[in-house]
Amino acid sequence: MNNPYLPYPVRIDKIVVETEDKNLRSFRLVFLNKADEEAFNYIPGQFAELSLAGYGEIPIGIASSPTEEGHLLFTVNKVGSVSTALHNMNEGDIMGVRGPLGNSYPLEKMEGKDVVIVAGGFAVTTLRSTITWILDPAHREKYGRITFAYGVRSPGMFLYSDEMKAWEKRDDIDTFLTIDREHHDWNGLVGMVPAVLEEAAPSSENAVALVCGPPIMIRFTQPVLEKLGFGDEDIILSLENRMKCGIGICGRCNVGPEYVCKDGPVFTKAELNKLPREY
Amino acid sequence: MAEKILKKSGLDGFLKSLGESYKVFGPMAEGREIKFGPIEGGILLDFQNSRMSPKDFFFPQSERMFEFVTGSSSEEANILKSCLTEPEPRLVYGIRPCDAKAFAVLDKIFTNDQYTDVYWTTKREAVVLVGLGCNSPCPTCFCTSVGCGPFHEEGLDVLVYDLGENLLLKSLTEKGGQILEKAEGLEEADEEALETAAGLKDRAESAITSVVETDKIEEREVMELFEAPHWEMVQERCLNCGVCTFVCPTCHCFDIQDEVAGQVGDRIRNWDTCMSWLFTVHGSGHNPRPDKTSRVRQRFMHKFKYIPMKRDGDIGCVGCGRCIVSCPVNIDVRDVVRDMNL
Amino acid sequence: MESRTGKIREIARRLLTEEKVDVVLGYKAGTVPLRNIPFFARTPEEVESLIWDSNGRINLANFLPRREDRIAVAAKGCDVRNIVNHIIENQIKREQVYIIGVPCEGMIDPELVYEREGRLIEEAAEADGKLTVRGNGFETVLDRNELLRQNCRICQHRNPPVYDELVGEPVPEEGDVSPLEDLEELLAKADSERYEYFHDLVKTCIRCYACRDACPLCYCHVCFVDEHMPQWLGKSIDPRDVITYHFLRAFHCAGRCTDCGACESACPLNIKVRQFTRLLEKDIRELYGYEAGLSLDKLPPLTVYLPDDREEFIK
Repeated sequence: MNNPYLPYPVRIDKIVVETEDKNLRSFRLVFLNKADEEAFNYIPGQFAELSLAGYGEIPIGIASSPTEEGHLLFTVNKVGSVSTALHNMNEGDIMGVRGPLGNSYPLEKMEGKDVVIVAGGFAVTTLRSTITWILDPAHREKYGRITFAYGVRSPGMFLYSDEMKAWEKRDDIDTFLTIDREHHDWNGLVGMVPAVLEEAAPSSENAVALVCGPPIMIRFTQPVLEKLGFGDEDIILSLENRMKCGIGICGRCNVGPEYVCKDGPVFTKAELNKLPREY
Repeated sequence: MAEKILKKSGLDGFLKSLGESYKVFGPMAEGREIKFGPIEGGILLDFQNSRMSPKDFFFPQSERMFEFVTGSSSEEANILKSCLTEPEPRLVYGIRPCDAKAFAVLDKIFTNDQYTDVYWTTKREAVVLVGLGCNSPCPTCFCTSVGCGPFHEEGLDVLVYDLGENLLLKSLTEKGGQILEKAEGLEEADEEALETAAGLKDRAESAITSVVETDKIEEREVMELFEAPHWEMVQERCLNCGVCTFVCPTCHCFDIQDEVAGQVGDRIRNWDTCMSWLFTVHGSGHNPRPDKTSRVRQRFMHKFKYIPMKRDGDIGCVGCGRCIVSCPVNIDVRDVVRDMNL
Repeated sequence: MESRTGKIREIARRLLTEEKVDVVLGYKAGTVPLRNIPFFARTPEEVESLIWDSNGRINLANFLPRREDRIAVAAKGCDVRNIVNHIIENQIKREQVYIIGVPCEGMIDPELVYEREGRLIEEAAEADGKLTVRGNGFETVLDRNELLRQNCRICQHRNPPVYDELVGEPVPEEGDVSPLEDLEELLAKADSERYEYFHDLVKTCIRCYACRDACPLCYCHVCFVDEHMPQWLGKSIDPRDVITYHFLRAFHCAGRCTDCGACESACPLNIKVRQFTRLLEKDIRELYGYEAGLSLDKLPPLTVYLPDDREEFIK
């Protein structure tokens, strides 16, 4: 019988320090067993539990897209005991991955529509997965116009900055990268994400909005989306909560009757309106 | 489904013969408390229920899930190995129907539509449950209000009726049927015995004085119950200690921790409690349930609203009354549910 | 005992109508026999539910730290000593608390009742020093004095040392009971035997932390068992972790414990956890001549450092 708590063994293939404060590192992981890699079929929006023997597990959104074969990408913020231990690891070290867990972004529901993607800080991880997936030639024509607004505190805090700069040059995605305050290293947009979004004013007609970021950004983005005409059914959020089992059993991550690890982490605003704000 | 009679004087012999195929457990005195332990000497015949629920047969308080070695010298380093072993066959005699119903509720939680908790299921499959119906329910029992009863059959393999000098054994599952078939010294139950048993059940159900209605909770929306005014009052004296969650047969929340000594370690799971502020605190320090009110409310909402919503109406409480008796500040679940059902 | 109920209600009513306090904390009748409930009365109507009986085993000072309102507490001797402790430790201001001091004749231990009447008790009533318990087909009358909790039997501070108002006349302090009678067995043991004794004591502990959460002294925002960077001790029921929890908690309470017995009364498995703190308090008395909570002016020896402390190791 399949043990849902057993992680797949993986090797750290590459580590990239993403941000100038060094608190965010990206880990490229490869499976030790081909059979595990084949079993790990994921969809953008899902997460996995990264397992470090001796420390524990942390639930992290999958930043790579299924179109990028042969590896998984995770970007981890150094916050507690497990993430700190992970940050102290080296390329070649062995760890574990358990997943894929959770539901995904509703990619099928989004087909034929424009997609507005709003990200703040380091919550952009699963959105990178989504955008990479959509921009893949096999999928791009299924979707309409793609608008991407991503804001961070300062230029050195962008994740995947090389990729993002490449996206800025593409014509099949409208990219708006912004920083909070004026900075000598930056010639681009300056302003909070909600303000930038309002300025960009993407149409809400036949569109969905994916929003992922710190609670304060979400709070101020909400009225902008409303003003632009997005209904609660078409605003899609990804929640975070403290997790342990990741499979809807240990009872920890619930928001009302829904488990963030299993019934989420992706919810529409309409669904969240009916739930207690315990996240 | 078979119904057999066993003389009460033959119970010890019956259990002893079962001891050839199973490790047999029954209600044993432990100091002033009662616990379901391995039978040594005689079991208690006259008892209410154990202080702690018997959920630890399938869900021990601390359980090793995996073992591993750390360091870089071994090829096996940092790769987890399962500690799941073939459990020995066990039989538990004297389980009360409320605790058995709790196992049935937990079956639906430890196995959901996508995942199966193998630590629960492997143990569960290897245990035979012989339950003893309650002839005289306690004043704190309210099992009949939550889909259970003093002679409820869910979760049991055999149900025993204490008729006085004799015991009526009713098999409910294939496992239970096999036990009765193989056992010696049993006679077929006659009409009189069946009638006496039915009478005991009726009398016991009417003897339950605590009646708690839950129909309106089912009708209400989550947010309506969540924002009800009585939670402030309920939480005021709560100590947030967690006794209620630990004695409760349906509480199942757990924590997973790694423990290392030198270069050898285990991943273990321990009972956890939603009463603790640690339960939900994020690594960033943000806590979705920062105050006592939200934590106290969570427990009752989970048991009486969220679980029924997700598990076909099964309430996450079986009315055993242990929390009422054990709560240091006498928070009474019956009163809380009445307030929720207003 | 019954007259105390009337007096407490009268005082509570007065304090609330004169708006001297926002809430009166006392006890009200429990929903099961031999229990009562910590109750917060905020209106004259709610005051009518306040009672005083022999089931007040929870220490009401537990509910005081970090309060912002003005609160009156119907507090017995040990509860008052803990209130004094809270004031000394800056957990609440003296002006916020109106101490309704209740001279206490001890609280009963339900386990002692069950030892004498093992059948299921459905009703219990007290009157004139007698406890009458009733169940299915029986009625048994017991002498209250034989049912007292161990800490109440040996209590040396039945009368509140500090109060704003006293309910009735002071009661005689118990004279002819050895204050160390519960420790005699333990004190006679050699060190290695004691080690085994304590491990045996907590072998059924389930780490529910009822003892910690019922204790008024345990008000830390983050208890040492909840720390994780670094983690002080494991969270399982490994006996090493269980005994570490109990030992460390006892040491954190040393010099502050009033032996109110709330920890033992709260324990769902009737573990005699007072054995840890009692031993330490005996040492504190002998080493420093100090007992907690008897005066607002005396400071706990282990939590306070003064430049003229006589101990050599601290100089």
